[in-house]
Amino acid sequence: MERMIVSMQDPDMGIKMRNQRLLITVIPHAMTGNDIVEWLIQKYGISEEESLHLGNLIVKHGYIYPLRDPRSLVLRADESPYRFQTPYFWTSTKWPATELDYAIYLAKKNIRKQGDLIEHEKDNYNLLHKRINHTWDFVVMQAREQLRAAKQRRKGDRIVIDCQEQAYWLVNRPPPGAPNVLEQGPERRNCQTTRVQLTKNMDYYKREIEYCRKAMARTRVKSSICLEGYIKFNEQYVPHDPIMSGCLPSNPWITDDTTYWAMNAPTVPTPTKLRVERWGFSFSELITDPLGRAQLLEFLKKEFSAENLSFWEACEELRYGEQSRIAEIVDSIYQQFLAPGATRWVNIDSKTMERTLEGIKTPHRYVMDDAQMHIYMLMKKDSYPRFLKSELYRNLLAEAVIPPETKKRVFPFMRKQRHSSPSPALLLPAGDTEEKSRGPTASPVPEEES
Amino acid sequence: LLRQQEPQQHPWEPGKQTPPPTRSHRLSLPASFAKMATEGLHENETLASLKNEAESLKGKLEEETMFLHDVLFHQVAERVEALGQFVMKTRRTLKGHGNKVLCMDWCKDKRRIVSSSQDGKVIVWDSFTTNKEHAVTMPCTWVMACAYAPSGCAIACGGLDNKCSVYPLTFDKNENMAAKKKSVAMHTNYLSACSFTNSDMQILTASGDGTCALWDVESGQLLQSFHGHGADVLCLDLAPSETGNTFVSGGCDKKAMVWDMRSGQCIQSFETHDSDINSVRYYPSGDAFASGSDDATCRLYDLRADREVAIYSKESIIFGASSVDFSLSGRLLFAGYNDYTINVWDVLKGSRVSILFGHENRVSTLRVSPDGTAFCSGSWDHTLRIWA
Repeated sequence: MERMIVSMQDPDMGIKMRNQRLLITVIPHAMTGNDIVEWLIQKYGISEEESLHLGNLIVKHGYIYPLRDPRSLVLRADESPYRFQTPYFWTSTKWPATELDYAIYLAKKNIRKQGDLIEHEKDNYNLLHKRINHTWDFVVMQAREQLRAAKQRRKGDRIVIDCQEQAYWLVNRPPPGAPNVLEQGPERRNCQTTRVQLTKNMDYYKREIEYCRKAMARTRVKSSICLEGYIKFNEQYVPHDPIMSGCLPSNPWITDDTTYWAMNAPTVPTPTKLRVERWGFSFSELITDPLGRAQLLEFLKKEFSAENLSFWEACEELRYGEQSRIAEIVDSIYQQFLAPGATRWVNIDSKTMERTLEGIKTPHRYVMDDAQMHIYMLMKKDSYPRFLKSELYRNLLAEAVIPPETKKRVFPFMRKQRHSSPSPALLLPAGDTEEKSRGPTASPVPEEES
Repeated sequence: LLRQQEPQQHPWEPGKQTPPPTRSHRLSLPASFAKMATEGLHENETLASLKNEAESLKGKLEEETMFLHDVLFHQVAERVEALGQFVMKTRRTLKGHGNKVLCMDWCKDKRRIVSSSQDGKVIVWDSFTTNKEHAVTMPCTWVMACAYAPSGCAIACGGLDNKCSVYPLTFDKNENMAAKKKSVAMHTNYLSACSFTNSDMQILTASGDGTCALWDVESGQLLQSFHGHGADVLCLDLAPSETGNTFVSGGCDKKAMVWDMRSGQCIQSFETHDSDINSVRYYPSGDAFASGSDDATCRLYDLRADREVAIYSKESIIFGASSVDFSLSGRLLFAGYNDYTINVWDVLKGSRVSILFGHENRVSTLRVSPDGTAFCSGSWDHTLRIWA
């Protein structure tokens, strides 16, 4: 903000400042609200709306203050006069705006003109009077002294100083209900390790070396190839992006019609064309969509390799499951898929099988990682391409629906009734802890009411 | 310490011979003293040599990364069609929080959300109807993190209490949600972010204590911790990759770090921002992630190229970006700022597509819905808005 303020005051490229008339007094080095808005539009190539918004923030932060109606830190895009705040009062100088300073300021206002205090200032004045009563004589004395010194200045200067102070205190003691622009949220940099970690000791450098060595060992891809990736991804997915391309029949948030959600629910009898097409983008798309996964299972059954998918699902359950059930799940996987003669024995290469069987002796969450990856890659590289060429998939594509666009309503201003839907949390009775441990396999989400 | 001098066999006379090499005093020392003395010497030498090695490796790494940077993003994106006029409006305004909204998350059902605020209230809404369905009052203020469980049956939240707690959602009127609360994560400073992994049973957290951690929900056991940030960690996001084992975090040390969840190691690190990183979010393909920072810029980091590939900034944007998220295709990046606005960026071309006004105070949180039909923004103005 200060950088912006400084360039606004640049003698050549900044805002042209003139004398502004405030009733009968002339205030030098001032500008109009319009000047500010116009300058911002020109300098940053932004719209009037954005310029006004930005200008308003600058005023709210006290970097520019109004000369007319100084009690309201608002930018008006008209002939209202404004002035730049003196750097002495900038928020970055972080003067501790003490109670004493505030008391003196309020006392000055009170003495100069009875009843000149704004509501919240009156309340604050009374509060302070109570709280720092012991120094009140000092407060009043300071106030009188400052007022006396001010009387010796030109009226124009007096007005400016008053407005400067008013703006400063509006920022530092905002009226109740007004946003406090100085509020930053909880303090950061609490972390003790900052001090410890920044000590560039041997451990620090050892870690750096380790990190660099690993990074060097990793293959990095040329920018031209990476960036091509974005172009390709963009081409593929933009038609599926409701915000970019709209969605059929309509976006529920815009038309209040939830048919789109009903037609794309996790399990529907007939999926939409876009959805079935998406299964062809990558194996990951197929397997993460519960409906796609179900179709994959059907296909694998035909190829007598359905156990691969079941194995993969069981491994996911292990990876994302409860810590206390790890040994149990590992054993179950072993019994079903890996033990010699198991009913759904999976075909893993001997090295991986050996490693896995060894690892099972001390079961942990990641013990199936290698085997799981092997089977995943098998499905991805082997079964998936065949799936895409299969009759099953071709039929799905042929039968997939393209929903017709919702006809524009005859009376668009009459809002359609917004129906509620059953919460996913309702699916299970509250006390049913057994089922509550939801695994990573697709959890059924309630169908939409039509 | 005893000093023994070797008897001088060749007396030195100035001008007559080259002086004999300085004889080192052979010190006869107690063993421990000797070790300490030599270690001290050793340490200084090693520190310096380690520093040199580290710096030379870093230099080589940078060189190689630069060498592979053969083209700029905007050059490649030239052939992509520019976006037309872009209109997004507030479709729902959720009012009900009594103070600043700090965080929100979507339910997988694409319409429910959970939101948390400064006054300790956590609310679950059906944002389509704007009905509130559940409310919990946390025992602390500044609930900066909240997350919806994948099953839709629970929520997690935390903040200045330094913890992450899981609340099962119940519709039973006789049951107080707070009664079934599970305290899962314990940090030594504020909780800044939390997220469930692929199931309801694991939570990943980020904290002001400079660490991230993975927890088992049922037992509260710490499964893995992630050390490496030099300051408060402010945000995290789980990778969408099919092998699902990494996540990215951003912190007050201006670094974004990518972690291996299994080993706890930092795989990649990026440090190009000039200030705190408030938000990180993966690009839908998982090959990149975006970040939003107090330096008023958003940036895109490519994981395969191992570098920053785009900066989203404008001279007129001078306030920090608090929260970022991609549209479904990754073509658009929505970013909420501390100047109360939301800027929409064309990810490929690097230009700003639109600016959305509406909030009356900082935008603190922003997430696109799971099916990409809308996005939700939460603000210090006490409200949440759904935009489509």
